[in-house]
Amino acid sequence: MSVTADPVQERSEALLKPREGGPQSGRRWLLPVMLTLISLIWLFPLLLALVNSFRDYAFTAKNGYVSWGGFTFDNYTNAWQQADFGLHFMNSAIITIPAVILTLFLSCCVAFVVARFSYRFNLALLGFFLAANLLPPQALLIPVYRMFRAIEVPLWISDSGTLLNSFVGLILVNMAFQIGFCAFVLSNYMKALPKELYESAVIDGASVSRQFFQITLPLCRPALAALAVLQTTWIYNEFFWATVLLQQGDKFPVTSSLNNLRGQFFTDNNLVAAGSMIVAIPTLVIFFVLQRHFVAGLTLGATKG
Amino acid sequence: MASKRKYRGIDQLSTRDKVVVSFMVIVPTLIVLWLVWLPAIGSVLLSFTNWDGIGPLSGIKSVGLQNYRDIATIYPPFWPAIQHNLIWLAVMFLVATPLGMLFAVLVDRGVAGTRFYQTSIYLPVVLSLALIGFIWQLIYSRDQGLINAITGGTTDWYGDPNVNLWAALVAASWRHAGYIMLLYLAGLKGVDPSLREAAKIDGASESQTFFKVVFPVMRPINIIVLVVTFIESLRAFDLVWVINKGRNGLELISTLVTQNVVGEASRIGFGSALATIMLLISSVLVFVYLRIAMKED
Repeated sequence: MSVTADPVQERSEALLKPREGGPQSGRRWLLPVMLTLISLIWLFPLLLALVNSFRDYAFTAKNGYVSWGGFTFDNYTNAWQQADFGLHFMNSAIITIPAVILTLFLSCCVAFVVARFSYRFNLALLGFFLAANLLPPQALLIPVYRMFRAIEVPLWISDSGTLLNSFVGLILVNMAFQIGFCAFVLSNYMKALPKELYESAVIDGASVSRQFFQITLPLCRPALAALAVLQTTWIYNEFFWATVLLQQGDKFPVTSSLNNLRGQFFTDNNLVAAGSMIVAIPTLVIFFVLQRHFVAGLTLGATKG
Repeated sequence: MASKRKYRGIDQLSTRDKVVVSFMVIVPTLIVLWLVWLPAIGSVLLSFTNWDGIGPLSGIKSVGLQNYRDIATIYPPFWPAIQHNLIWLAVMFLVATPLGMLFAVLVDRGVAGTRFYQTSIYLPVVLSLALIGFIWQLIYSRDQGLINAITGGTTDWYGDPNVNLWAALVAASWRHAGYIMLLYLAGLKGVDPSLREAAKIDGASESQTFFKVVFPVMRPINIIVLVVTFIESLRAFDLVWVINKGRNGLELISTLVTQNVVGEASRIGFGSALATIMLLISSVLVFVYLRIAMKED
């Protein structure tokens, strides 16, 4: 592998490359028809939500859902106000941005040591992080919850006075769960960098931290971009910890605040659809604009090379 | 090592370097140790105690296996939850995962418009399962849902304990199949084309080539897909929590643990025993995954 090649790009392009040979059966029309059908079925729930998010409740209540018309934008403005999405998007940003940056930085540190130095315990170290990533979070809830409730922090860190109900606590938990996956992907990536790169740096007397910041990190940019996209999506989508560790509704990130759209006795589905679309927008934008990175990030973790 | 004075290769470290390297390992290790491994051990230890969560930690008494016995005998939601988790696993394993693999094989056969097909199928993967619960409400809702609008039925698909698990599973499979499709497609693209070529020359049919040549060489990714399916089934939580907080037909082990902690009655020992059961099952899966993922090293 040459140093300048971008494995992330290679991976995402590989998915689109047609296989040599192609379809061999005589019924060549069958495959596109099947795939089109599957694609439409798969898109249907989202399209249904999209269309109904623009429809008036009174109209669909009268004419039923299998109808056409009653288009309005009101659901979006109502949903935005009713669920207080402005506040919750802010919360999501406060949680997601630091969590992603810190996760990536610490993962780089671990991956660098694992990939750069051949210590005997390095493999065990990687296993220690990766296994942590795979445990069911619910199984760890009780001790984490109790610890967070008992740990007092200054009020400028959290207005609740403890890690429970604080953004800092949630960021830490997200980091702890994501470092393993990122360190694993990054260490595979760093191992592919030729050792000779470090040779001249070491002879020139460059310290470890200079090697890390000036050689390794710049070369890892493609992998970091892919992981940043993936982690942003995952942490933004994170639901469990946010729901149980933040108990005041006004601290909820967007994903956990959707429940605000549900009335006690009555639910306006068109309103819920609009709310769902608002919540989905950031991930959909990431998906369509940075799809390459998202796909590369996911597949980097599962397959090597 | 210490006797050599000159250039000792690229692994030589000054004292300052050693401090830097130590910090690079220690900081992340401490975070993971504190928030993942200590709680894991804590859950196991607490499961043998009678702590009610209110008194001081010093008041804890060991009760042996009492919590486990109680769960199995006098805790009504436990066996349904186990059953639901197993059904969840079976559906993911027998339906959603094979479906995702099938999609990958179809997409991989190389037809025009592959980008559209791929994108449509893995689009749900970027959505959270919590959000998926809300999106499918438009289809399942009793009064306003699409299914009842078309069939004229009155089933409350999310509420009726006879059907809500299956309704949730359809929504979960929708996402899971896309995820598996993506993982598997990446694996398929990595298969050496000359293998297929050779099989073709030997006169193997398309399906023979897949089952006898491609599938076996994809063993590592097959196992990864399998473990991902198992772990996701065990961790299933978000979707049922947004539907009804895991009650009334949607009990899962994960929701029982959560209810025992944040609910009105916090039964710590009890919840911990449930958590320990989850940890036991997942540790087997984690072990298999680690062996495959790190085999090449």
